[in-house]
Amino acid sequence: MSKVIKIKKGLNISMLGTAEKIIKKADQAELYAVKPTDFKGIRPKLVVKVGDKVKAGSPLFFDKFQPSVQFTSPVSGEVVEINRGERRVILEVVVKADATIEYEEFKVSDPKDLTKEEIVAVMQQSGLWPAIRQRPYSTIANAEDNPKAIFISAFDSAPLAPDMDYIVKDCSECFQKGIDVLSKLTEGTIHLNLNSDYPPAETFTKAKGVQLNYFTGPHPAGNVGVQINKIDPINKGDIVWYTYPQEIITIGRLFLEGKYDATKIVALTGSEVKHPKYFKIIGGASIKNLVQDNVNEGEQRYISGNVLTGSKISDHGYVGFYDNQVTVIPEGKFFEFFGWANLGFTKHTASRALFSWMLPGKKFKLNTNIHGGKRAYVMTGEYDKVFPMDIFPVQLIKAILVEDIDKMEQLGIYEVDEEDFALCEYVCTSKIEVQSIIRSGLDLMRKEMS
Amino acid sequence: MKSLRKYLNKIKPHFEKGGKFEKLESTFEAFESFMFVPDTVTKKGTHIRDANDMKRTMAIVVLAVVPTVLFGMWNVGFHHFIATGQEGTILQQFWLGFLRVFPIIVVSYVVGLGIEFAFAEYRGHEVNEGFLVSGILIPLVLPVDTPLWMVAVATAFAVVIGKEVFGGTGMNILNPALTARAFLFFAYPSYMSGNAVWTHGMINGEGIIDTYSGATPLAEAAAGNIDKLPEISDMFFGTILGSIGETSTLAILIGAAILLITGIGSARIMISTFVGGLAMGLLLNAFAVNPFMEIPAWQHLLLGGFAFGAVFMATDPVSAAQTRKGKIIYGFLIGFLAILIRVINPAYPEGVMLAILLMNVFAPLIDHYVIEGNIKKRLKRAKVKA
Repeated sequence: MSKVIKIKKGLNISMLGTAEKIIKKADQAELYAVKPTDFKGIRPKLVVKVGDKVKAGSPLFFDKFQPSVQFTSPVSGEVVEINRGERRVILEVVVKADATIEYEEFKVSDPKDLTKEEIVAVMQQSGLWPAIRQRPYSTIANAEDNPKAIFISAFDSAPLAPDMDYIVKDCSECFQKGIDVLSKLTEGTIHLNLNSDYPPAETFTKAKGVQLNYFTGPHPAGNVGVQINKIDPINKGDIVWYTYPQEIITIGRLFLEGKYDATKIVALTGSEVKHPKYFKIIGGASIKNLVQDNVNEGEQRYISGNVLTGSKISDHGYVGFYDNQVTVIPEGKFFEFFGWANLGFTKHTASRALFSWMLPGKKFKLNTNIHGGKRAYVMTGEYDKVFPMDIFPVQLIKAILVEDIDKMEQLGIYEVDEEDFALCEYVCTSKIEVQSIIRSGLDLMRKEMS
Repeated sequence: MKSLRKYLNKIKPHFEKGGKFEKLESTFEAFESFMFVPDTVTKKGTHIRDANDMKRTMAIVVLAVVPTVLFGMWNVGFHHFIATGQEGTILQQFWLGFLRVFPIIVVSYVVGLGIEFAFAEYRGHEVNEGFLVSGILIPLVLPVDTPLWMVAVATAFAVVIGKEVFGGTGMNILNPALTARAFLFFAYPSYMSGNAVWTHGMINGEGIIDTYSGATPLAEAAAGNIDKLPEISDMFFGTILGSIGETSTLAILIGAAILLITGIGSARIMISTFVGGLAMGLLLNAFAVNPFMEIPAWQHLLLGGFAFGAVFMATDPVSAAQTRKGKIIYGFLIGFLAILIRVINPAYPEGVMLAILLMNVFAPLIDHYVIEGNIKKRLKRAKVKA
């Protein structure tokens, strides 16, 4: 085993509702959607209208800035809705699925015999190119770039995260094929980052053409940004690509079977789920079938993704393109009488300001209340405790707030993403919305650099 | 609770925009959120939030100060009884001290919070909890017989000039409580130094016995009367003269324990301040030319406002250095300079206040160089690669 990289700073938030290791095949959902909002920095241009028939792998929209990057339907059926938000921003393109799914046909081929350009063309056509993203900015990779390395985080350390090793255990062939595809895309190393705390799945350990790196420590050890920072940090001008195991499997399947089969496994988690389990679904599916009769009474928050970085959806909303998890937790819309003086045995905090720190191992039922009011920065050193990169988080945030491009660059904006700051946002006593500040900083930087 | 909540829900619209009392929106919000943690839920970003908030944080700091408040009240009475040659029970001593100290606390809070509320309304912000701590610290660093109007003026000065002109809590450069004390120290020196101000009733001379000196241990030491220094145990438990809350090292250590266990006070600052003080003490011992410089270094940590400053003042997160390395440098220099000023400068019997205020001013510079180090490291990394 190669060297284990130890992450010391961070925080594991222990919550109720871990998924039991049973994979259930979900009943096929009626509706599926592709959400342009899942993809950072794109400007979607529709190629379908309501009523059009599509197959799995047919384009729904493309990116105005990179027109060759297509976003395709995960199922065959009819486009039934195009939901728009403020200023007519496209939020969801909804497809009503056929009973049996028809696929667009792509050529079955061994990636080893193809050139980079051919591989890119197939992936872009099939709608799988967006599975590969880049740092800086966390946008979809630009196929013309030559990344210095590709990083794969093969474990998720977020609260209630699905066990990646369990998810991929039966997909070794597709995974290896996917790795073969990736190895054609870079001249650099492909880093496959594993958790050293338990023996990882053979799918990972037996993969060829990758460098295995081992990590141990609390969340965000599983964040690819942290891993890049520890293995081969990004300097100005560098570009690295990253992707995740389930996406690699889908890519492998595309080349093995010649179709865009968006089947994936998601964990249904959270304290409000009656039977938290793993479900086999098709990406973009409505969660209606998963949560129906499976969620406790009361007003709940449905999240595609985890509680730190996921996006809020409705009880019949759609699983995001990159998400491997659906979380259901209670909404916190209630007033609490002298709540700030509550001893807090049932509440979670990273500090020891409540007594719950005396209950190690307790699993918490956490709600969406922000527990306080928004303030200016007062406390210091809070972020440092949960932010394992060699970056000053608060100073970077302040540089973003004053839009000081030079300072942002000097303080390491290229190395970070919103998700790396999720724990900072969680622990913030001043309840500052850190992730959206980081996003605006990244957007500003991207605009300035292009 | 429920009926109170119902009542608040009923009157709330009057305080919102367009309501009868919209000018009092922040005030209403402050009282409402004091009684009820609001029902706000996360909108973007993380869906869950840490249960710790500013109110709880500040409440814990206030809790940590309580032992020094209670001890300080008793100590005021204790010394008054000695000075007047009377006998009294602990309860009588405490009660006398309470009657003297409590009004100072009330004045400090009323004036300070009044200004904070006014500024919050003016800016349309929620009222920040920061003054809950400053409001209790201000009385503790004053001599007991400071006239109430002076407390009011100093508090107003500290809040307006020390804090609000910079943008309010979180933006200030100087520690507000020490700003108040420094204001009085320079504006009304006769009430802030000398031998008469530390014992209740001594300024007016009412009933004080002739042999009573009223000098603080530091004043005695500065005068070279090392033999008049109190027992070590008295210095530790705090039955010595000084500002209201600064005398008992024990009570301060209880507060320090609360701050450190909860993680709210910075251990880096506290420890490095003590280390800095000790370092300067040892240095002075090594080159001692007078009795004051010969006082064992560790005893300096028990005297005057050193422990109080290190635990409650230097650790103010807003005015301290913010980076980990910076905190250590900042704390060390506070301790180092405090003892230097205390022993070497004849004009000031105590150096803690000035050392902390000085380092408050330098804290951003310290941070700047720490961050510069990180930036250089990043640039170097890029160059090595290229």
